[in-house]
Amino acid sequence: MNTLAAYQTSTGEATQFWVLAVFAVAGALGTVMLKRAVHSALCLAGTMVILAMFYLANGAYFLGVVQIVVYTGAVMMLFLFVLMLVGITAADSLKETIKGQRILAAVCGIGFGVLLMAGIANAKITEFTGLTAANKPGNVRGLAELVFTKYIFAFEITGALLITAAVAGMVLTHRERTERPLTQREQAEARVKDGTQVTPLPAPGVYARHNAVDIAGLLPDGSPSELTVNKTLRSRGQIRDVSEQAMGELAALEQRTADYQGQKRTANKPPQEKKKEVEAK
Amino acid sequence: MNPVNYLYLAALLFTIGASGVLIRRNAIIVFMCVELMLNACNLALVTFSRLHGNLDGQVIAFFVMVVAAAEVVVGLAIIVALYRSRHSASVDDASLMKL
Repeated sequence: MNTLAAYQTSTGEATQFWVLAVFAVAGALGTVMLKRAVHSALCLAGTMVILAMFYLANGAYFLGVVQIVVYTGAVMMLFLFVLMLVGITAADSLKETIKGQRILAAVCGIGFGVLLMAGIANAKITEFTGLTAANKPGNVRGLAELVFTKYIFAFEITGALLITAAVAGMVLTHRERTERPLTQREQAEARVKDGTQVTPLPAPGVYARHNAVDIAGLLPDGSPSELTVNKTLRSRGQIRDVSEQAMGELAALEQRTADYQGQKRTANKPPQEKKKEVEAK
Repeated sequence: MNPVNYLYLAALLFTIGASGVLIRRNAIIVFMCVELMLNACNLALVTFSRLHGNLDGQVIAFFVMVVAAAEVVVGLAIIVALYRSRHSASVDDASLMKL
């Protein structure tokens, strides 16, 4: 780092900035535009890692490490956990519900960005004062001295905030059981009394080839039975129907496969020659 | 390189995050966009700290991180509670102030 009191960034840092800034903006755009929430989360994690590098380049060594540990480590993992609980079954539709909302939002965003950047452009900033002096006893020590003297009150309030947040998290996600869970016997009796489906549900799959869980079993007349597919898959509409025409296509495919394998077998070396090669080795 | 470029980048990221909050309807993605905005603020604060040559900006960025962590806990808990009662994470569905 330059020892002068005021300086601009080095060429190396400028290169790092321009390369990483492109990826940071791309990650941010990906967070907003991508359809699947998991992809958004990954893009955001990438942007956060790049921001950590910017912190390190700006002499904020402690914050750079905290950014990676707390944000990409803890916060983004928490996001992914909740996605596993919530977002996977609920497909996010990108269809507009309010007409023209997206265009208006984009216009607002661009206007806001222009305002913000015009404000920054008004500032006469040409060089850094630099953190060489402030970081002299060590970045962490310098931060600690500030946190435990000048900002001690804010720091203590933060403790109260964190405890409140922890309690709130527990209260909001806790669900009190208001009634006793049904025993197996009671469930069986209820099923008999109900009378619609007394036996276990039929298994999915058609023949030995198609025993995947998302393929509905066929009834004797060749029509698919929805009962055979898991309820979650049914609600997602992830049922593969291999009845009627699909069965015909399958037969054609099998025919082609058989033809292809028949040709392939003649093209391959006969088994005796292979055996000889192995023995020679 | 002029140090103001860091501030431009922070402003750009903040704007993208804000537009995301307006455009997206999945509550989790909206929340992620809010996180992006907070991160952009942190970048600006860290740059200010280097511009002025003292660590106050970094301390404030540190407090922003703590508040963001608390916010994530409460926000995600609300989303989970909402999903349990409505079986949807769309912000359009939660138009009433009750579960």
